[in-house]
Amino acid sequence: MKRISYARYGVYFILPYFIIFVVFQLFPILYTFFLTFFSWDGFNERVFVGLGNYRRLIGDKVFRIAIVNTFRIWGFAAIPQIGLALLLGSLFTYRKMKGAQFFQAVFYLPNLITATSIAILFALLLDWKGGAVNQLLLRAGILSEPTNWLRSAFWTSFFVSFIQWWQWFGYTTLLIMAGMKAIPDELYESARIDGAGSTTMFFKITLPLLKNTMTYVVITAIIGGMQIFDVPNVLTGGLGDPNRSILTMVMHLYNMSFRYSRYGYGATVAYGLFMLILVFSIVAFRNLQRRDS
Amino acid sequence: MNNPLRKIGGNLLIYVLLALLAVLSVLPFYITMINATHSDVAIVRSLNLLPGDNLRRNYEHIKRSMNIWRGFANSLSVTIPSVMLSLYFGSLTAYGFSKYSFRLSRKLFFLVLMTLMVPMQLGLVGYYLMHSRLGFLDSYIPLIIPWIAHPPTVFFMKMYIDSAIPNELIEAGRVDGSGEFWTFNFLILPLLTPAIATLAIFNFVGSWNNYIMPLTILFSKTKFTLPLQIAMLRGVYSDNYGAIYLGVAMSIIPIILIYAVISRKIIGGLVIGAVKG
Repeated sequence: MKRISYARYGVYFILPYFIIFVVFQLFPILYTFFLTFFSWDGFNERVFVGLGNYRRLIGDKVFRIAIVNTFRIWGFAAIPQIGLALLLGSLFTYRKMKGAQFFQAVFYLPNLITATSIAILFALLLDWKGGAVNQLLLRAGILSEPTNWLRSAFWTSFFVSFIQWWQWFGYTTLLIMAGMKAIPDELYESARIDGAGSTTMFFKITLPLLKNTMTYVVITAIIGGMQIFDVPNVLTGGLGDPNRSILTMVMHLYNMSFRYSRYGYGATVAYGLFMLILVFSIVAFRNLQRRDS
Repeated sequence: MNNPLRKIGGNLLIYVLLALLAVLSVLPFYITMINATHSDVAIVRSLNLLPGDNLRRNYEHIKRSMNIWRGFANSLSVTIPSVMLSLYFGSLTAYGFSKYSFRLSRKLFFLVLMTLMVPMQLGLVGYYLMHSRLGFLDSYIPLIIPWIAHPPTVFFMKMYIDSAIPNELIEAGRVDGSGEFWTFNFLILPLLTPAIATLAIFNFVGSWNNYIMPLTILFSKTKFTLPLQIAMLRGVYSDNYGAIYLGVAMSIIPIILIYAVISRKIIGGLVIGAVKG
């Protein structure tokens, strides 16, 4: 009997995916790159400006503010989020807490809710007049008069970080737990026989063996966090006020491109953002993978 | 070290921490639902922890200037086709990668993995301008079609097919003389149901919650998806807290209800995905 080769069917099966990938993803990305060399408002003739947009990006004070804001918002959300997730993950994995599944389910809930709904909801909770936050703090005697949180640059930035932390700590806990469960029990058994305490075991066994999970958690937190847009955009109607304190990189990209129709410059902001994410991810990846290897 | 009292004390402390975090996770949603039933005056006057009697008035107020049900319908008409396309073509692509060896197959799969890392905002300007040229702006096409090429679906599904679909099964189909495409549709696809169910949930949430893409593509208020409508709430009813709370409550209650029923499945799927990734 003649042997039939089926390989070509594999090509047929992946073909629709790659056609859509090329037309709807790859082409827009390359076209955006092409536009970084032009000045264009979408109506008049495109004007070639060489590296002008890149030069402008380097000197763009607002972009610099947006970088600082994005990193600050990210740092104050991601570090407590990963720290708490390590603590909760250890408790659920090693302490065999009763009701662990219930708590995990509850902690993960905010992650599923639409970010725009969450932004409006927090705008209401933080409202100066009728917000529950002021009411709670006044009743507890912590405040003597209502604070207008969203008029303060510090508190607005703080609460955006808080919302990010609140939405993601449950998710991060689940990922870290999955990594912890994959560590073989025998390692802990033999360490216990050698007289190691739980703190020692955490730093000598758990953390080193969690390296790949932590790398995944940190890299995805960087890629996601650098793109933060929904909550600060809805909370401030797109401007990032007060004092541009929560204007993020993607908000700047969106405003330049679609609010002011500066497509060439908006495209350049997108590539600047991408380069920053790339560099930051590579640095984090190297540091995380080098440790204890 | 093994003092039982200390252990009980330690556990108590942990439960207090867990309970506090649990309250923190649900309290904002609880206050939203409670305040959705109160009048403006009641909301401003004091903190409400029990339902009020103003739900109907708030609803009538909201109905006058915004059709939230329309937002629901719009979101569904974007999300359902998106999820179906992502699942069908994601499975087909993963099957092609998993069970056939052709030239460049490994390199192309690596390319799929690489695109997982590329932020979608990178090509947003080009995407918008391309659809402006094609005349697809203010339609759902740019929001739905890209789901055919959804890297996480292919990645997760390939893992599943690698481990769950034996090659003998495909061979058996060939011996019976059925075509390759027929085998995929009627023999393989039904066997992928567990993975499809998990991915359906995550892709549904992803498409349902999407904000920046519809914000960029859609202009007509009648076409707005739910997140776009909700984002406008504060501008429309700047002085009516009860109505805004109700709008937010209406947007989150369906998700909470669904989650209450299938939270185990969602968390299970998330953890499997994480371990394999």
